[in-house]
Order: sequence, then C-alpha cells, then structure tokens
Amino acid sequence: MSAPVFDVVQQQFATVTGEFHLSHGTLVIVLHPTALLDAVRRLRSEFGFDLLLDVTAVDWPGQALRFEVVYHFYSTTHRVRVRLKTRVREADPTVDSLVPLFGSANFMERECHDMYGIVFRGNPDQRPILLYEGFAGHPLRKDYPKQQEQPLVPYRT
Amino acid sequence: MTVPTTSPNPIRPAFAQGEHDGEVIVNIGPSHPATHGTIQVIAALDGERINRVDVHCGYLHRGFEKECESHTWHNLIPYVDRLNYCSGLINDFAYCDAVEKLMDIEITPRCRYLRTLLSEYSRIADHLTCIAASLMELGAMTAFLYLVMIRDYVYEHLAALTGARVTYTYGRIGGLARDLPDGWLSRLDEILTQYEEFIGRIHGLMDRNRIFIDRTRNIGVISSTDAVNWGFTGPILRSTGLACDLRKDAPYLAYAELDFDVPVGINGDNYDRYYVRMREMDESVYMIRQLIEMLPGGPINVDDRRCTLPEKELVYTEIESLINHFKLIMDGPAAPAGEVYAAHEAPNGELGFYLVSTGGGIPYKLHVRSPSFVHMGGLHRLLEGYQLADMIPTFGSVNMIGGECDR
Repeated sequence: MSAPVFDVVQQQFATVTGEFHLSHGTLVIVLHPTALLDAVRRLRSEFGFDLLLDVTAVDWPGQALRFEVVYHFYSTTHRVRVRLKTRVREADPTVDSLVPLFGSANFMERECHDMYGIVFRGNPDQRPILLYEGFAGHPLRKDYPKQQEQPLVPYRT
Repeated sequence: MTVPTTSPNPIRPAFAQGEHDGEVIVNIGPSHPATHGTIQVIAALDGERINRVDVHCGYLHRGFEKECESHTWHNLIPYVDRLNYCSGLINDFAYCDAVEKLMDIEITPRCRYLRTLLSEYSRIADHLTCIAASLMELGAMTAFLYLVMIRDYVYEHLAALTGARVTYTYGRIGGLARDLPDGWLSRLDEILTQYEEFIGRIHGLMDRNRIFIDRTRNIGVISSTDAVNWGFTGPILRSTGLACDLRKDAPYLAYAELDFDVPVGINGDNYDRYYVRMREMDESVYMIRQLIEMLPGGPINVDDRRCTLPEKELVYTEIESLINHFKLIMDGPAAPAGEVYAAHEAPNGELGFYLVSTGGGIPYKLHVRSPSFVHMGGLHRLLEGYQLADMIPTFGSVNMIGGECDR
C-alpha cells in the first residue's frame, strides 16, 4: 500500500541525503540532523504534511549515534503519515526545534527533553513537563534504573 | 518521621506577579473542583479577563512507558486500559492492533466486528462522561443525571461482558478475552433505545437554553488552521469544520463497511464541541445497530500459536500445549524486530501507539501519542482572551483525561 504522495516526496527529496522506505503503510525518511528543519519545512509547505503528531526518541546505548529522534507527521489532505528519523550522538544530543513551524511541537519536545535529554535548539521553553523541577537524569534512557525513586516530598512512614 | 512544612515547588511558572501592571496571577489546580483531572493552570488576569495562561501537567505521571519496557506484550494490556479510563476498550484495541501489525496477524471477522462495536459503545460512554461533566459544571444537574444514568447502564452492561466497570482488560493480541454472554445483544438494544429517549431530553434541555448558549457560544473559539497547527484532533478539530476522522480517512477494523457521517461544527467554539459530540454519539448508535446485523459467527481468537493461548483442556493433557502456554506466559508473544505506528480514532482524537521491537516477547520501546497531552499544549489558545469563568466550559469541552495526558 503506497500513497501517490509518497512517490512524489521521494522524487522531490532526491537532492536531500536521506534514506526512504515504506513500513506498514507509512513512509519512513531517515535524515541527518542538519537536514531536518529544511525537510520538515518542505514536507509541510510543499507536500501538505500539516499535522505534527508526535515527537519521541529511541535510546540505543552502545551505538555511536545513541539517540534516534522520531517524528510523525500526518497530512490532512492526503490522509497519510510520514515518519522522520534522525540520529544524534550522546555527547551532543541536539536537534533543531520545530516550534517555529508547529505550535504543537512545544509540549512534545519538552516531553522528549524530559525523558531522553534531547536538546531542541531554538525551543525557548524546555522546562520539565511530566517531571518536576530538579529531577536528576532522564528516566526513559536505558541506563536509568526503573526502580530509582526521587520523591519530591519524603515518604511518610 | 516529620513531614517538612514546605516542599520545593514542582513547577517553574512562565511568569510572575508584577511583570505587567495591573495583572493578577492566579493559580488554578492541580487539585481544584473544576479541573477534573490533575492539571495546573497559572493564569495572568486583567480584571476577569485571562491574558496569558501557563498549563502544567504531569501530576499523574506514573512512568507508564518505562514500565512497559519490562513486561511482555500481553502483560501491558491492563496498563493501556488505564490511559483513557473513560473508554478503556478503545485503548485496548488500538494497542492490540499495533502489536498485531508488528506481528503481521489478521484477526478473525467476528473479532473485527466485535471490536468495532465495542469501540463505538465505548465512544458513547466517553462522550456521555464528557458532556455530563461539562454540563454539570454549568449547573445543569438534571442533564448530568440523565447522561450519567445512561453511562452507568453502559458500564454495567460492559461489566457483564468483561467483568469490570472501567478497566476492562478485554483485548487480547490476536483476539478478545471471551465471546459475548447470552442475551448481551438484546440488553444492548434496550440500552440504545433508552439512550435515544434520554438524549432527546438533553437536546430539549440544552440546545436552545439561553444560559447554556451564553456560556458556550463564541467561547473558546479556534480556527481550522490554528487547530491543525496546535495538533488538535478528534471532536475539537472537527468542531472547526474540518472533517478529519481516522475512521473515514484510514478505515481500520470494520469501519470501511459501515455507513456513517462525520459530524463537523462551524465555529470551533464550545457549543460546537458539545454538538459534535452529541451527533457523534448518534452516529455511534447507528453504527452499532448496523454491526449487530452484520456480526458474523466463528472464533474470536486467531489460530496462531505465537499469540493465542491454547485451550486449557489441552494444556493439562498435551505436552506441546503445556510448553506453548508456558512460553507465551513466561516469554511473551514473539514479535519480530521492527517498528510500527498504529492509530485509532479515540473519543478525544488520534490515539497512536509507536512500538519498537528488537524481537522477542518484551517491547524495546513503547510510546503513546495521547490526544489529551497534545491538546494541553494548545489549551492556552482556547483560554486566552476570555473570561476566567469561561475556563470551566472550555476545559470541560476539551475533555482532558489525566491518565493518558501524563502517562
């Protein structure tokens, strides 16, 4: 199952260095972080992917590019989804923020920052959102122990 | 142990008292009678008018996604139930659908139709809760009691099927926990008839009610472009006039075979959101009636040893089935390595599950794209510029569910 818009996207993106494949009816684009903002801008304005659904990351400890930041976009005209992936190093987990393009990016990027410590360059608001001020570490990283507790208020015994 | 009298502030507000002349900063929540769901809104007021708001969620965060990384695919079903606790079945089915896509399983026809029927039934329960709560907050106690009465019929009816009122744990990877008990469909028909009678009374009580219209018309207005930019989906997006519904746009389960409309609003205000939900429930009833006619016989679980538990009888008498049972319980259903994003049209909007598997019975990563969380990111667009009291109907019409927002 391949939507016509996927072929158009693949042809038009020929200039961008990226990998393309189809996975369960979704076009997956793997990009270098530097190409991200431009690619998203083109996806939105030229191909109609106007709804940013989701921002998350996958932690692959031990790999040189440890974090894989994953974006999902939906087109309200073509009714299909695109998944955009980019890999960053642990020492500098920085990608460009999508806040200038999508309002909804703010909360999702803040969550991703909380959980994985990805830094979104250009997002002015990276306060904790699901966690609280002063929380140490990033709980969805694989090296954060599941049982580690950081109670804000001491437990009553 | 003595409890300290002061604890550190868990949040850092975006603005403080005294930044602008004449502005008063008011803190609402996280425990406030009008915020059904633990959410904190910090509002900068000019008189009674809201200038800016800063929305904080996370008070119900319980590490759902972290916890999911150490349990088998099957063991997560009770957890996903608790995301949107008004319509647990839709969470179940969306999650099972995602895992089934990953494992390349096609569910049986009876299961497909039953899941569609139960999804629509849950949608009715969810919308009833949302409308009832937001009407009650406006003082419409009779309407609240009528709606909640019907919702309770639905809950008890679902309890007869699943054994629980709210957290059903009814989906299974590749099927369902059990088939319908005797007489379930005839009781369903009775409830739908009662629903129609009482929803008629709600229309009579509310639709042209001067007080209700004054509180909801042209309050919390959002345009289609803004709604898309801020990630709104579901009834909120449709109330702006954009007919965006996954059941029509990317039909899953049995929706392609059903006849139904996608109700849309005009203004994108609170009244439209109320009316879109009311109309959606009518469409759900219409779909359920079609599904009762279409419901085929046959098994509810796929005959696939990778995910379906063998018959108990065989487990006790046959070594292969015993091992199969043991492996499924201890190791979990073996999903191939890969990633998948599957989304269902939940009552609040697009509920997506992004799964990453490295092979084996335990997910490597599970991420939930919950509509409520994204909606909270755009909530300030619905609140700013209106009166403080308008926050109540607006927040009610967004139907924020803490369980799926904070995960």
